[in-house]
Amino acid sequence: MAPLKAVTPGARIALGVAFFVLFVAAWAVATLGGFVSKTFLADPITMLKSGWVLLTEMGFAHDIGMTVWRVLGGFAIAAALALPLGVAMGAYKPIEAFFEPFVSFARYLPASAFIPLLILWAGIGEAQKLAVIFIGSFFQLVLMIAVAVGNTRRDLVEAAYTLGASDRSLVTRVLIPGAAPEIAEILRMVLGWAWTYVIVAELIGASSGIGHMITDSQALLATDQIIFGIIVIGVIGLLSDYLFKAVNRRLFPWAQLGK
Amino acid sequence: MGSEHDFDALEASRYEARSSSDPISILSIRGVSRRFASARGDTLALTATDLEVAENDFITILGPSGCGKSTLLRIVAGLDQPTSGEILLDGKRITGPGADRGMVFQSYTLFPWLDVLDNVCFGLRERSVARKHQLEVAHGFIRKVGLSGFEHHYPKQLSGGMQQRTAIARALANNPRLLLMDEPFGALDHQTRELMQELLLGIWESEKKTVLFVTHDIDEAVFMANRVVVMTARPGRIKLDRAVTLPHPRHYSVKTTPAFAALKADLTDQVREEVLATQAAQGQVATAGSV
Repeated sequence: MAPLKAVTPGARIALGVAFFVLFVAAWAVATLGGFVSKTFLADPITMLKSGWVLLTEMGFAHDIGMTVWRVLGGFAIAAALALPLGVAMGAYKPIEAFFEPFVSFARYLPASAFIPLLILWAGIGEAQKLAVIFIGSFFQLVLMIAVAVGNTRRDLVEAAYTLGASDRSLVTRVLIPGAAPEIAEILRMVLGWAWTYVIVAELIGASSGIGHMITDSQALLATDQIIFGIIVIGVIGLLSDYLFKAVNRRLFPWAQLGK
Repeated sequence: MGSEHDFDALEASRYEARSSSDPISILSIRGVSRRFASARGDTLALTATDLEVAENDFITILGPSGCGKSTLLRIVAGLDQPTSGEILLDGKRITGPGADRGMVFQSYTLFPWLDVLDNVCFGLRERSVARKHQLEVAHGFIRKVGLSGFEHHYPKQLSGGMQQRTAIARALANNPRLLLMDEPFGALDHQTRELMQELLLGIWESEKKTVLFVTHDIDEAVFMANRVVVMTARPGRIKLDRAVTLPHPRHYSVKTTPAFAALKADLTDQVREEVLATQAAQGQVATAGSV
């Protein structure tokens, strides 16, 4: 094993799967072997069985649908507003100077701490859930997009000007296409964070969603259901991540070259 | 080709401007100096410099590192502003960058998200030239720089020499009045560089372009130029302006002729003097710093 030496694709998959197998095996030994009380941690088999019951009899699919919708809805609104503002901040320094200090401050405000306020303002309906996702992702997106756009290679900017580019087309034909793959990566990363906010939003004042199911299960000490819920979140997160990566690779083939 | 010559409005405006000024000189550099301000005090990079560039000149600018030759070129391009003086292109004062002055940089500046074809079309698209006409012009120049068949390659799929050939095609496709080149072959290996010199010279001979070419390679300077300008050590000024009368078309074998060797020897002496002056100045600074 030499540092930085590439691993073959087959070995990469095998190693990745091996960790999951080991993890589940350790869990099974701890629980089925009687080392941990069932009250604190359900075993993998019970977890799968109650997962099946949740899905087939208790309408958990609807909860999953609600949660996915909230994440995507809140994230879409945040991205739709953060993109133009981030690009404007990255391209025009006075706009950056105006917004950057406030946005830098706002990004450190914990989205979950706003939940009581948001319930006061927006009630316990969908608007409140979307608002939590929005607060959690908007400020992060704006700052990172602004940096991505602002980091455009200066020699490319100069080359564009000597080819007759106007200020406006410098933004549309150089800054935006140049930063696009990085912006897509930023969106992928922040979408991952949005998943953690939605569950917190659903733990309080929700009547549906994965987070709501987890709170209900806590009251019943149903650790099998809680773990199933957590695993579902992980799986959906992983799938959306792979999907995003695949789309990015397709949209920006030039950015993959030489990697 | 010839199809690239019918951007009517642009040509017409240039023609008018030209008729009102000196009929021979297309570019006048008048008393241009550049001072850089920094925390340690001001640095004069370029002392008041004058240079007249005639239509179809191929001027190479030689000088030691830091003599302000690249600064001068960037001011002509409009990417930097002179501290004093002015530059007139066809009688009109240069205030910023524009499509009438194409530039090829030492670093690879192709847009990585565009393939070769769209890189070459960049300036044409900026002027809203019809796509059909863009492609016609672009294919013509891609053929001239020997990259036919690579139209749909991305820059990262090309060697350094191929990237610079694309950059030359991209600048020429705009049909600029002036082609500015800032050590464009500086990052290439020796063999590739010699081939690029022949390629560029061939294009210059057939396209009748006016070129300002900054380099520190004396071979390169003599081989391509009809005028070699040598600059002094910082603060830079023009030390000599020598005509190169080697016949055209020039074949690479001209580099082995006595006339070439004599000119090269003379210029080597002239540049060497300035490099030594630069080192002496740096030595003084270093000594002063260590005391």
